[in-house]
Amino acid sequence: MTTLYPKFETSPTSQHPDSSSPFICTEQLSLYYGPQPAFEQVNLAIPAGQITSLVGPSGCGKSSFLTCLNRLTDLISNCRVTGRIRLGNLDVLDAKTDTTALRRRVGMILQKPNPFPLSIWRNLAFPLREHGVRDRAQIDEIVETALQDVGLWDEVKDRLKAPAQSLSGGQQQRLCIARALALQPEALLMDEPCSALDPISSGIVEDLIAGLRSRYTILVVTHNLAQARRIADNVALFWLQQNSGRLIETGSVQEIFEAPKSSITAAYINGVRG
Amino acid sequence: MAKPLQRSSPSRSPWLDRLSAFGVWSVALIITAIFAWIMGDILWRGAGQISWDFLTLPPQNAGRDGGIGPILVSTGLILVVCLSVSLPLGLGTAVFLSEFTAADNGFGRLVRRSLDILSGVPSIVFGLFGYTFFAQTLGLGFSILSGGLTLACMVLPILIRSAEEGFRAVPADYRLSAASLGLSRTATLWHLLLPAAVPGIVVGLVLGIGRAIAETAALIFTSGYVDRMPTSLLDSGRALSVHIFDLSMNVPGGDAPAYGSALVLVVLLILLNGAANWIGRRLSFQSGFHWR
Amino acid sequence: MVWSLQAIAAIAGALVLLIAAFLIGETLPVLQKVGFLPFFTDPAWNPTEALYNLAPMLWGTLFAAAGSVLLATPLGILSAMFCQYYAPAGIALLYRRLIELLAGIPSVVYGFWGLVTLVPLIGRLHPPGPSLLAGMLILTMMILPTVALTADASFAKVPPAYLQGAASLGLSRWGTIWGVVIPAAKSGLLTGVILETGRALGETMAILMVCGNVVQTPQSIFDPIRTLTANIALEMAYALGDHRSALFVSGLILMGLVTALVIVADAIAPEENHG
Repeated sequence: MTTLYPKFETSPTSQHPDSSSPFICTEQLSLYYGPQPAFEQVNLAIPAGQITSLVGPSGCGKSSFLTCLNRLTDLISNCRVTGRIRLGNLDVLDAKTDTTALRRRVGMILQKPNPFPLSIWRNLAFPLREHGVRDRAQIDEIVETALQDVGLWDEVKDRLKAPAQSLSGGQQQRLCIARALALQPEALLMDEPCSALDPISSGIVEDLIAGLRSRYTILVVTHNLAQARRIADNVALFWLQQNSGRLIETGSVQEIFEAPKSSITAAYINGVRG
Repeated sequence: MAKPLQRSSPSRSPWLDRLSAFGVWSVALIITAIFAWIMGDILWRGAGQISWDFLTLPPQNAGRDGGIGPILVSTGLILVVCLSVSLPLGLGTAVFLSEFTAADNGFGRLVRRSLDILSGVPSIVFGLFGYTFFAQTLGLGFSILSGGLTLACMVLPILIRSAEEGFRAVPADYRLSAASLGLSRTATLWHLLLPAAVPGIVVGLVLGIGRAIAETAALIFTSGYVDRMPTSLLDSGRALSVHIFDLSMNVPGGDAPAYGSALVLVVLLILLNGAANWIGRRLSFQSGFHWR
Repeated sequence: MVWSLQAIAAIAGALVLLIAAFLIGETLPVLQKVGFLPFFTDPAWNPTEALYNLAPMLWGTLFAAAGSVLLATPLGILSAMFCQYYAPAGIALLYRRLIELLAGIPSVVYGFWGLVTLVPLIGRLHPPGPSLLAGMLILTMMILPTVALTADASFAKVPPAYLQGAASLGLSRWGTIWGVVIPAAKSGLLTGVILETGRALGETMAILMVCGNVVQTPQSIFDPIRTLTANIALEMAYALGDHRSALFVSGLILMGLVTALVIVADAIAPEENHG
């Protein structure tokens, strides 16, 4: 998998599962839409090679937090981000940072499956080509690996030229994950990846995410506490305080679910205010 | 819900409801009847004129005899000039407005506002402008080029608006995932947005063509009256609509060929309208494009 | 890439300024010579003798536009109601197509039909035939689709919950339309009226063909009139010097009227499109 993609040879994928050091680190990170803060002063270290789950009620800035990490906030008009984000040695928010390279290292999955209106194959091949992979055999190989990683290969290998929209919702979401994996990222940001799917597809995608543990650093936003408990290594709880999102508590799954330090966490975990 | 209850008290009498239904249906019938009258009249009296000769021969005897061959050619050439200028200009503007400016961007607002005004400018004023700017200042004279360029200014707002609709109908998630896959804006635009916006662009194109071939007032002083076969874009060329105008106003006994020409023009427009509708219905993306 | 697109957009946006600049440039000679007032106070329109009274033609334009707007507005709104609330789905679809076709018929075809059909009819009723009335009727047909289509679109945007709410209160159909739909769609309807007014003011060919083109302030709807637009179309071909310049003054007046209408329409239009 490492030699297929020359541009990525130097990427730290191989040396990756080093969970002792954080992969992404935010310092005093705040985000504002105009004057309105989405979240403020978030200090969060996301351990490498683990699954970290962001939980909390709607509107407390979890999804906005994700969009900061790959600078998707650049696309949102009148949105302002302050603070620092470190990704390895990279200063993410630095204006000089190459966002194209950054987004290749940090893949993202949105809530609603949204394959491009292209064929299944082209959905994966098109971004690869744009990132400089021209060799057809190499593309085919990466496409197959990515589809196998998400368990879609056997289902679609005979109809790679069929429109991606012809897949079921769960298959589409797995295709979107494959599309991100094809670029061989180091981290995956997932914004409620299961919430738009039916229970069975949701279960399949959930198992898939759990299976990617240790190969990628994964950050999952979810409303589903049971899901967070099943798949996550770490949990970060966001909460709305004074009309802006705050990070209340972080810890391992055990710490958060069995011995929460904050009363808000305890109440949320027990469903009092969920 | 207290307000409607209050306001609707008169309608408690069923006769008002019945009367209004009667009124609405009769208005619809009257308008349909007038439409049928106009169309029937043109079809009835125009159909007899149509023949292969009428469509291909040059007009003779000020248009009383002969056909409309060179006039159709001139109309087509004016259209080609119009579109080859307005299409790139319109597409570029639409892409800029919908993909590269925020809704609250001052420059974008200014451009949109001025396009709104442009779309309201009377065609005779476009005629005046085309005459002084293209024909005189740029020295193009009464020519197909002057006429086509004048029409290009006229159809620009229509093209831009429809193309913008097309881009806006592309779901926002496409742009977000394209960006999160590290695709450049140019690649996203060429490979995703433009193909997805094609229906909207084509609708705009068809509507623009419709507006252009229906236009008369802007062409009288720009492309002129000459009804000979044009040999270059700098020749004056008479558009079909100008031909109808000239036959009915300036040529005694020109009514019969005028009916024939009107029928040709109306049939062309009905076909274009049908095409726009058919394509419009294929604009199947759910719209609703919100960044937040 | 962004810069070239921005340049293209700037060209498109500057077009309207270019047009205005050329109109103003062409009007300067006569405005410098006689000023603005004679266009309304001179005894007649006789530009070869330096008499430039545009008032009769301005009245002609305003009467024709006002008459057609008064006729077309109720007809158009009732048409839209027919599509939305009265006609069965299939008929509504057909009727909408028909209105779209009406919108697509060229003004020269309306003018031609008016000239050969409507004008003789009016002539039999009350000679001479070419008249303000003929212009008003033809204009009505031409601008009706504008109101009908905008009204149709703004009715379609009325939230279904309002209609369900009205129905659950036992309101009649007309009661629902009058009490719930019209207030909810008010700004859209107003926009439609303003747009049709702009079209009526600017229309040239049809008016030119059916109104008789006599320069006079009409005393009745059967009098022939000449509008500002028709005046330009008729005299531009041979106008020279100050005469030509005077025609541009009428063009400028038209453009000013329409621009004001568009700005008003933009101001009242519900801000849902450019979001």
